Amino acid sequence: MRLIFTRLFLLISGLLLMTDANAASPYLNNLNMPYGVSPLSHQIYWLHMAGFYVCCVIGVLVFGVLIYSLIKFRKSKGAQAVHFHEHLGIEIIWTVIPFLILVALAVPATIVLAHIHNTDNSGLTVKITGYQWKWKYEYLDQGVSFFSNLSTPQDQISGDAPKDANFLLEVDHPMVVPVDTKVRLLVTADDVIHAWWVPELGVKQDAIPGYINENWIYVTKPGTYRGQCGELCGVNHAFMPIVVKAVSKADFAKWVAAHQGGAVAAAQQALLKPQPAADLLKAGEPLYIKNCAMCHQPNGQGLPPTFPALQGSHIVTGPAVGQINMVLKGVPGTAMQAFGDQLDARTLAAIISYTRNAWGNDALNKKNGNAIIVQPTDIEAQNK
Amino acid sequence: MTDISTTVDHAHEQDAHDHGPPKGITRWLFTTNHKDIGTLYLSFSFLMLFVGGFMALIIRTELFEPGKVLLNPQFFNQMTTMHGLIMVFGVIMPAMAGLANWMIPMMIGAPDMALPRLNNWSFWLLPFAFAMLSSTLFMSGGAPAFGWTFYAPLSTTYGPPSTDFFIFSIHMMGASSILAALNIVVTIFNMRAPGMKMMNMPIFVWGWLTTAFLLLAVMPVLAGCVTMMLMDRHFHTSFFNAAGGGDPLLFQHVFWFFGHPEVYILILPGFGIISDIIPTFSRKPLFGYHAMVYATVGIAIVGFLVWMHHMFTTGAPLAAQLFFMYVTMLVAVPTGIKVFNWVATLYKGSITFETPMLFALGFIVMFTFGGFSGLMLSLAPADYQYRDSYFVVAHFHYVLVSGSLFTIIAAVYYWLPKWTGRMYSEKLGQWHFWLTTIGMNVTFMPMHFLGLAGMPRRIPDYAIQFTDFNQICTVGAFIFGFSQLIFLYIVLKACLGKGKHDAMDRVWEGAKGLEWTLPSPVPYHTFVTPPNATTLQTESHAVF
Repeated sequence: MRLIFTRLFLLISGLLLMTDANAASPYLNNLNMPYGVSPLSHQIYWLHMAGFYVCCVIGVLVFGVLIYSLIKFRKSKGAQAVHFHEHLGIEIIWTVIPFLILVALAVPATIVLAHIHNTDNSGLTVKITGYQWKWKYEYLDQGVSFFSNLSTPQDQISGDAPKDANFLLEVDHPMVVPVDTKVRLLVTADDVIHAWWVPELGVKQDAIPGYINENWIYVTKPGTYRGQCGELCGVNHAFMPIVVKAVSKADFAKWVAAHQGGAVAAAQQALLKPQPAADLLKAGEPLYIKNCAMCHQPNGQGLPPTFPALQGSHIVTGPAVGQINMVLKGVPGTAMQAFGDQLDARTLAAIISYTRNAWGNDALNKKNGNAIIVQPTDIEAQNK
Repeated sequence: MTDISTTVDHAHEQDAHDHGPPKGITRWLFTTNHKDIGTLYLSFSFLMLFVGGFMALIIRTELFEPGKVLLNPQFFNQMTTMHGLIMVFGVIMPAMAGLANWMIPMMIGAPDMALPRLNNWSFWLLPFAFAMLSSTLFMSGGAPAFGWTFYAPLSTTYGPPSTDFFIFSIHMMGASSILAALNIVVTIFNMRAPGMKMMNMPIFVWGWLTTAFLLLAVMPVLAGCVTMMLMDRHFHTSFFNAAGGGDPLLFQHVFWFFGHPEVYILILPGFGIISDIIPTFSRKPLFGYHAMVYATVGIAIVGFLVWMHHMFTTGAPLAAQLFFMYVTMLVAVPTGIKVFNWVATLYKGSITFETPMLFALGFIVMFTFGGFSGLMLSLAPADYQYRDSYFVVAHFHYVLVSGSLFTIIAAVYYWLPKWTGRMYSEKLGQWHFWLTTIGMNVTFMPMHFLGLAGMPRRIPDYAIQFTDFNQICTVGAFIFGFSQLIFLYIVLKACLGKGKHDAMDRVWEGAKGLEWTLPSPVPYHTFVTPPNATTLQTESHAVF
């Protein structure tokens, strides 16, 4: 039994020591915290390692004495108990020494913490808002603003298609930041609490409705860095990843120009063109699956009572204006959000047309004398 | 202080003469006997262990590979929530209360708990509370799905309709805990046998005394927290609703002001159990008894001043973060004192490795391990990376499973022969220990790596780079789960078996304490006349 115990201990300590093996390549070697690409992530990494090494040293001492005692003082080997049971001096020693070790750890921790809190002299400010279940990025001084949704197709999640390398860690519109620039993050939420977490940037900041929390990143290396929501935010908590693309300052300027107000408005005008019904219905299905099916389910049955069914729903088979307004403005206090801020008119028209046509809703709409097909201009007319 | 009038006791003895338990179900429904109530608590806890464990296996099955395996995410969230609530409120707390009921009167030489009818009520609230909580699984909209920490506004504005049942069951659990805690405090202060001074009490009694005060202090806070939730949900208040001028962070402050002392509620009685078991099987008195008592009380006091370390990433100001980081690091000092004293007790002892001792030693090693990850978590900057990741999941399972649960299992093996009069099979006990320990480490060790690599907790689906370690975790969880069936068999055999009563009164060679002066199995009524604790303790010491 002694052998088993010793082996178990060796296994544990072996695994522990391995964690230092490969610091710089996250995800290739899943054993340790990524060293990351930001001064904060580097400092946090070293603090983490310092804490870890302190634990290793204490562990070797404590478990060493423990194992020595278990081997040496066994009754089966004829050990006789020695009856000491109190020693003030030794109690003081093992109170004071750990205290001093803690003070030694607290000093670097305090310095790093103060560094995290220092958001001064930033070159760019991005407001990040958590929604159920997507992120919104607003570049306050550049006038760029967009939503970032999971882009992993539903059939990969359900297991009907092979999963790609970035399964659940890919989005339609990544956050784009310039390298070598201090980017101040203002983090908040629209509905429930989320947390914006990208391990390689050394940032996890809770997004809390009613609060604007600050943190910062400074990416030193161009690349794509991925993270996830860190706070349970409801049914699709696992499905709102974060992707940050760090590009050169010149590329960032180009990206901003392409996404600023004027360019976006022109694109939106183009989206208002009337569409053939068949095109809307065809485009509607994948858009519905991507934006709505997590709650209302691919078969339109929902998960009542939290997520109502759309099949036969009196809203979806009622006048189109009612449904358009609900989709645009949401239902306060529920997961049904105001999609008017999030999706463009053509997307909404396609989704609404699809739901009014699918699952036998077309027959009900015909019977009730309501329109099935909704055009982008109908959406725009209500979205004022 | 501890003197009980002898005339009263003689009268009491006459009354109690030959007064065995009534037969049938009414014995359990109406019982005021501390041993029966202890048995009820422990049986309830054991049942809930398998319910909560079954949920854990469902969770681990879903996480066996990326993509949807069994469940939709909504049901997955219900499972994580119910697993947490059941394990904390339905397993660890009732098991500790059961051990307190059984052992505290026998350890301090009292005939029963001070308030026996209250005792009955504090137990019987629990089955109803948990029946109500479990019934939410079958309701429209499903069970609570916001995690056992039920952060607002996910649990208020966005909670399913069953949240109200959850709130009411939390109220009932809280009432049960407060009543049990009151009873324990009153018993320990008033019912000690002559000569049983405070500084002579077993550490288990000290641990429970401290725990009882913690319960009395923080359970009302939890009750206030869920009441504010109820008001927000139905009476148009806005305690936690930012849109109405309220504060979602207020919820976290109130919850963790309960929640952090709660984790010491779950572990302090366990520290006491270990402090009884290690000396017994080392055949040597506990090293540093006084330091142990002070450390217990010290942990409890410091435990009130660390709640914001659960909230380092919520945007707290620097000064608050520094204060809570320093105080949190300070917890390592009294906790360290405990571990050092246990190791010093082993040093130069005469050690044997019966099953209770194995679980106690496993506890020391793995709890210390959980303490290490706790120290790392206390470093606020590093906590930005650890928070809400699997690293935290690994940490609290090391301190709750190989911590609290191991101490409960150790206690059951330690006192089972005393309770039932039958020795368990040492061979089966050893199998149980090794399978549990291996299963435990295979399940939870890889979670450290998952968390550090960036896997958030409470997700039903994950990126493919997390697959390998998750599969190892799932395999470990099944080993761990199914090896508890050995434990079930051992306990049932001892309780219901037809075998002879083969346990000696002093079951273990090195055992000391008043409970071992009683026959095995313990009679229905004990210490009807208070023992002279001084004499008994002197005799007891002479055994060594």
